[in-house]
Amino acid sequence: MLNFILTIIIMMLASYLPRVIPLVFVRKEIKSVFLKSVLAYMPYAVLASLTFPSIFYSTGNLITASIGTVVALVMSIFKVNMAIVAVVCVALVYGLGFVI
Amino acid sequence: MKRLRFINGIKDGLPICFAYLAVSFTFGLQAVKGGLNAFWATLISATNITSAGQFAGLKMIQDGSYFLLVGVAVFIINSRYMLMSLSLSQNLPKHYGTKKRLVMSMFVTDEIFAVSYSKGKNINFRYFMGLSLTPFLGWTIGTLLGGLINSLLPTSLSLAMGIALYCMFIAIIVPPATKSFSISVCIAISILLSCIFYFVPYLNKVPFGITVIICSLISAIATALIFPIKEES
Repeated sequence: MLNFILTIIIMMLASYLPRVIPLVFVRKEIKSVFLKSVLAYMPYAVLASLTFPSIFYSTGNLITASIGTVVALVMSIFKVNMAIVAVVCVALVYGLGFVI
Repeated sequence: MKRLRFINGIKDGLPICFAYLAVSFTFGLQAVKGGLNAFWATLISATNITSAGQFAGLKMIQDGSYFLLVGVAVFIINSRYMLMSLSLSQNLPKHYGTKKRLVMSMFVTDEIFAVSYSKGKNINFRYFMGLSLTPFLGWTIGTLLGGLINSLLPTSLSLAMGIALYCMFIAIIVPPATKSFSISVCIAISILLSCIFYFVPYLNKVPFGITVIICSLISAIATALIFPIKEES
């Protein structure tokens, strides 16, 4: 139990520290074009590597997950709201699970 | 441009709130399935407010990992927030004090950052808090519901919900990518590297949290070298 509570506390710190350190301690404007560009691209880079290829193995069925991925991509190209994208894909993968 | 107010934030936060409800519901579901109770799962969500970090942390708790190791892995996955906070800090009014910054820091997530970053230098404390409020509630309440309803859901449905998190990520990165060639290149490099670490023998032994950092650093740096962003837009 002690180990578990320590885990909860350390997870909280590991989530808060990366966010708070730059916001509180780095207030000067960054002049470097290179550094600014890296920062601007970083969120896309992180989310892309988190998502692929893991998404194909996220439902326990490669085929339904792949169809879900394609549908999510198409909906996102048409700028459908992310909540709707998520719910539609879950429903689709669930439905396809009975067929495939 | 008009000054952004609390209520503008609430309005922009609602879509994030609904997405979070779906994804955190999955988190609550998986947490309880893995032996945590709904209370602990909700406490983790309320204090972490991060999707990928929590899912990874949960997996490690269920594997019985030592708490320091869980902390290191979660920190590495969350280190992308350093870069987001850094970008956000650049756009905040310089006179903002430490107290405001301490509060805002709790709510820097991929989605909240993406929306607030799109506002450029117009971002302010009130707007940011409005933006964060409903996603925070959605994230916490969704976890609680997922934890409580867990036993009532068929396994096939909870398996299907595994894709929710990734769909949300896709919906964040694809629209800007359709407008910007350089962002598309960055995403492509990142996916390529990630696939290499996933499939190539030996490389696929590298812990997940570390591969995410390697892939994203290399692709963001490479893209910044090829397509430096010259003008503040």
